[in-house]
Amino acid sequence: MAAGPAERVIMTAEEMGRSLSRIAHEVLERNRGAQDVVLMGIRTRGVPLAHRLAERIRRFEGVAVPVGALDISLYRDDIARRGPVPIGSTDVPVDLDGKRVVLVDDVLFTGRSIRAALDALMDLGRPTSVQLAVLVDRGHRELPVRADYVGKNVPTAQDEEVQVRLQETDGRDEVVILRRGE
Amino acid sequence: MRSSRALLGEALREGKAPAWQRRHVLDLDDFSLQELELVLHTARAMKDVLRRDVKKVPSLRGKTVVTLFYEPSTRTRVSFETAGKIMSADVINVTNSGSSIEKGESLLDTLLTVQAMAMDIIVLRHPHSGAPYFAARNLGRSSVINAGDGTHAHPTQALLDVFTLQEHLGSLDGKRVVIVGDISHSRVARSDLWALTRLGARLVLCGPPTLMPWDLLKGRRDTPGHPFASVEVETDLDKAIEGAEVIIALRLQKERQGAGLLPSLREYARLWQVDPERLARASPNVRVMHPGPMNEGVEISPEVAHSAQALVQEQVTNGLAVRMALLYLLCGPRELGA
Repeated sequence: MAAGPAERVIMTAEEMGRSLSRIAHEVLERNRGAQDVVLMGIRTRGVPLAHRLAERIRRFEGVAVPVGALDISLYRDDIARRGPVPIGSTDVPVDLDGKRVVLVDDVLFTGRSIRAALDALMDLGRPTSVQLAVLVDRGHRELPVRADYVGKNVPTAQDEEVQVRLQETDGRDEVVILRRGE
Repeated sequence: MRSSRALLGEALREGKAPAWQRRHVLDLDDFSLQELELVLHTARAMKDVLRRDVKKVPSLRGKTVVTLFYEPSTRTRVSFETAGKIMSADVINVTNSGSSIEKGESLLDTLLTVQAMAMDIIVLRHPHSGAPYFAARNLGRSSVINAGDGTHAHPTQALLDVFTLQEHLGSLDGKRVVIVGDISHSRVARSDLWALTRLGARLVLCGPPTLMPWDLLKGRRDTPGHPFASVEVETDLDKAIEGAEVIIALRLQKERQGAGLLPSLREYARLWQVDPERLARASPNVRVMHPGPMNEGVEISPEVAHSAQALVQEQVTNGLAVRMALLYLLCGPRELGA
């Protein structure tokens, strides 16, 4: 068992796989195929998730959708309060003008990251539409943001932490809730 | 040492980023390898921003940057101003002409006035070595970036130099880098010395013996383990250039001639000019850099200055990226005081 205080698994590797498969189907359904769809993962963990969705879309539909990475450090609204964080690269695989961009993130919480991601995206081009896919929606929104595709809705307390662990970044697939403090 | 970049990358991926603790950037002498790599890493991201159609990010919205220049400068001042504007800061320029400096206001009073106007970052260029340290000591709130002080240091130029070289060579570890010219009076060379040796370059200093930075090397060059321990001094450029992968030519300040520190300009050019014949002795893919402005025909021949090996224009672009990176790193939380 993993170390750490009061850790509860809320999504296993199998459940994660099924959620991603469902989201991939929903993306295809909503966009009537994969035409003009671009998946943009938000760094850090949105990027491997975007690749997994693209892999499923390729399996289901036989189409390779472009996958990019969006770093939102320069667009955060709390740089002055929390200090600078190291910046990752932003990779834009195709011209985003006229595309249907699906933003992919691991956890939807206050909505501030998504606000920053939207601003970052608008500086890169003019997509026809932007949709949002998240693996976990944990509530507590501070901005009017809603996801189009949700792997799992998880009610949480404000002081809990939702951690998405992925094979690519953490060596295994699972989502856990950590209670801070005790 | 070779894997410092890889180590930083790992730390970043794991979210265990090295913390940036500095409020001021005065010189690179006390920069750790990790701090250098963090600045260079951040500058790489900034260069991506420069490549976009929309060259604007909101990171420094609501922050104010003042460039306070007591010496003439085009590229450094414009570079800081542009960097600030791309990051969405408000940038104010103050030069000695047309300001209260002309009326004899002291440096301290000018600094305090500027700080009282809620400036977050003060970019200072001053003819006196050490002026930015004085500023940092006396300012409780604003950050200070040294944009060149006397003959002491020019950290942002050195950062852009190593950034440019990393882009071309990958790691600088073990690379033979020759700095040629008036090193003793060059704040660029002095900061380059710290940055290049920290990143593992094999540094060769070349020029008239009267213009070598003996004060900086003394005691350090024979201390085992000191980054300067591997620094070579070679007054013969033909020898120094042998196998060089990088040549940094320095601007020769003509007033040094009057001080009896060097023979005539013609004599200087004959002995220490970087020209095509000498370049042929260097490594086949040698890169040539110059901090500008160039005296073509003195320290560098026009053919070399405008050759494919010269990275002078790239240095200017990279200066922008490096300065954006520093402004970003310095914009963290600040306790309100003063």
